Amino acid sequence: MFSFEGFLDLPLIWYSLIGTAILMYVLLDGFDLGVGILFPFAPTEDCRNRMMNSIAPFWDGNETWLVLGGGGLFAAFPLAYAVLMPAFYIPIILMLLGLIFRGVAFEFRFKATGKSRRIWDYSFHFGSLLATFMQGMQLGTFVNGIAVEGRSFAGGPFDWLNAFSVMTGVALVTGYALLGATWTIMKTEGETQEWARKSAKYVMLYVALFMGLVSLIMPMMNSGIKELWFSLPNFYFLQPMPILSLVFFVMLWRDLRTDRQFRPFLLTLGIFLMNYIGIGVSTWPFLVPFRLTLWDVAATPESQSLLLVGTAFLLPCVLAYTGYCFWVFRGKASHEHDAAY
Amino acid sequence: MFDNLDPVFLARVQFAFTVAYHITFPAFTIGLASWLVVVEWRWLKTGNPIYEQVYRMWVKIFAVTFGMGVVSGVVLSYQFGTNWSVFADQVGNVLGPLLGYEVLTAFFLEASFLGIMLFGWNRVSKKMHFAATVIVAAGTLISAFWILSANSWMQTPAGFREGVDGLLYPTDWIQVIFNPSFPFRFVHMVTAAYLTTAFVVGGIGGYYLWRGLHVKHARIMFGMAMIMAIFVAPLQLLFGDLHGQNTFKHQPAKVAAIEGIWETEKGAGLRLFAWPDQIEERNRFEITIPKLSSLILTHELDGEVKGLKSWARIDRPPVGVVFWAFRLMVGLGMLMIATGLIALVLHFKKKLFTTRWFHIWCMAMTPAGFVAVVSGWFVTEVGRQPYIVFNVLRTSETISPVAGGTVAASLAAFVITYGLVFTAGAYYILKLIGKGPETADEDTYGSHGVDQPPLVTDLATETGRKDV
Repeated sequence: MFSFEGFLDLPLIWYSLIGTAILMYVLLDGFDLGVGILFPFAPTEDCRNRMMNSIAPFWDGNETWLVLGGGGLFAAFPLAYAVLMPAFYIPIILMLLGLIFRGVAFEFRFKATGKSRRIWDYSFHFGSLLATFMQGMQLGTFVNGIAVEGRSFAGGPFDWLNAFSVMTGVALVTGYALLGATWTIMKTEGETQEWARKSAKYVMLYVALFMGLVSLIMPMMNSGIKELWFSLPNFYFLQPMPILSLVFFVMLWRDLRTDRQFRPFLLTLGIFLMNYIGIGVSTWPFLVPFRLTLWDVAATPESQSLLLVGTAFLLPCVLAYTGYCFWVFRGKASHEHDAAY
Repeated sequence: MFDNLDPVFLARVQFAFTVAYHITFPAFTIGLASWLVVVEWRWLKTGNPIYEQVYRMWVKIFAVTFGMGVVSGVVLSYQFGTNWSVFADQVGNVLGPLLGYEVLTAFFLEASFLGIMLFGWNRVSKKMHFAATVIVAAGTLISAFWILSANSWMQTPAGFREGVDGLLYPTDWIQVIFNPSFPFRFVHMVTAAYLTTAFVVGGIGGYYLWRGLHVKHARIMFGMAMIMAIFVAPLQLLFGDLHGQNTFKHQPAKVAAIEGIWETEKGAGLRLFAWPDQIEERNRFEITIPKLSSLILTHELDGEVKGLKSWARIDRPPVGVVFWAFRLMVGLGMLMIATGLIALVLHFKKKLFTTRWFHIWCMAMTPAGFVAVVSGWFVTEVGRQPYIVFNVLRTSETISPVAGGTVAASLAAFVITYGLVFTAGAYYILKLIGKGPETADEDTYGSHGVDQPPLVTDLATETGRKDV
């Protein structure tokens, strides 16, 4: 049995790998869930077709990152998986149901005719909305801390339901909507693009508002987080994150007043990245805040080593061919379903 | 009122429901992906547009089925944790990497290249499109490899030790992955998937032949499906037999339940039909063929078959379900073999494409594969009870700390959602079948009411719309 335990901090490596997988999920499925959130507000049927087509070749691959997040957590940090899943029982089930309703809409919608297409339009929209809201609530619950006893979740079935998690739920809905809007700017033209630009301007105000609120409330609720961010010298090291977020916001604000097509999306990705790192810093080094650290929940070194060998080779391959697929479907989406583009 | 609900039983029902629902889609898409590879290869090789049209028709059905398979599969990757968190904690070290590898080696391949397969026609070369089909088909098989390895490990665990903390630790990965029942289960399942697809394609082809629709396309579908029925259905009997012997060696209690044998017997008879009574520990009624069970399992007329009473009551699997599900599976397998034999006879009489009663027969056999696959899984999973990891962990000890009411509510939500989605999916697939393969002068794929000039007009007139 081989193991890299002697010369590698395996749990730390896996923490960053799983972190990357979840980040990839948030960024990638984020834009297609965001398209679903904005979907019914698009001005015409033609716009909706274009929006749907712009994500049809990708949604499946995007959602696979969620499976990697779940499967990877199970593989590398089984105890974290075993504690977090029961803690998030209801929001996870609701998220999955939402993802089902939106996922099947991709195929069903274009096969439905007349009024029944409306059903799948709404199935797509409300499914995306529900899945996003539940992910946001899980995030809120996560940073709030999880009740643990021994090796099990020790809280109640509704621990995830409180004012803070409702707020993070709404916050994520606005965040994904911004990703969806800037994606639509990038992948469409004409009327659809104009509308997406208008939506992005509107949505980004809410994103800024919620980001500010969460950044204020988190240190107030948890003295550990306050200590972490506002004590010296941490304060100076951590400053680039809020400052960069602010810079990205200002640039985005200005870009949306020009006809730039790509940069708004990239800037939104940047804003998400900063927030994501911020959450990682706030909960560091816990995988089950604030009870179990990433070293407490790690799988045995042999298991982490075995998976690391393959991942070192496979993850770059996955990224490469994912990139290839995005390149194949570059350019603007069509409103026909024949080739999506 | 929910306090009395048994969370273990409900969680088992929920897992059985979600996994049985899910498996019907891969059972179909594994075979369909490989068949589409063959069809596209024939098209590239011969240039015959009929192959292309057959491909384009079935790739749409593939897309709908695959979509439902994806969304129901995501659920499963979270179910280990939501309902079976103690299991996840205790076996995570061993099974985690296998599932991790499934995602990395298979899911991403399938999901990424599916986009090219469905939407890439005008974006990549024909060769690249074919490559995408091959990659998706390979992805389905790789995925089956890992998930069946994980499942087989739960049936015949090997290559691990139990730590003092009660967790399981891997000691030999090769033994874990290639555990004793894995090769048999893998071959048996992939063959089952191929047969499932063959009987669906054969059923639809039979329907077209019977109605006199799309006859050129129908001949390809029907002919290829019958080749599978003729050659692969009998092979499956052999694979099943080998798998059964492996089970007899490693999980004799499961085989005793399959056979409905209570007392240990030498020269045990095969119970064709029986009514096993778990409480009274006997069959209320049985029709037996003498010695046959011993002959099949031990290859000796007087070989010994252990009866269920050799195990304490709490160590026995539920007999009735295992017994009947097994007979349903084998019965359907026999019907598949019979289908192949009839097809062979009709082929030599040159009547395969004109014998109307046989087309009806094949239409009736369309769902046979699905039913056989699901019953097979009931045999092997229920037959593993009361263990979740055979002889190592009991199912009842691995449940999450969740209340019965929560599990019941989520189960109800899954039943309703899956019911709706399945109904809609079946409806749209039937619509696609009703529409049939599109010759070039018709609307292209899903072009929702937007007028589009025909792509290749002369090809359309050449093949004709009705092409009878």
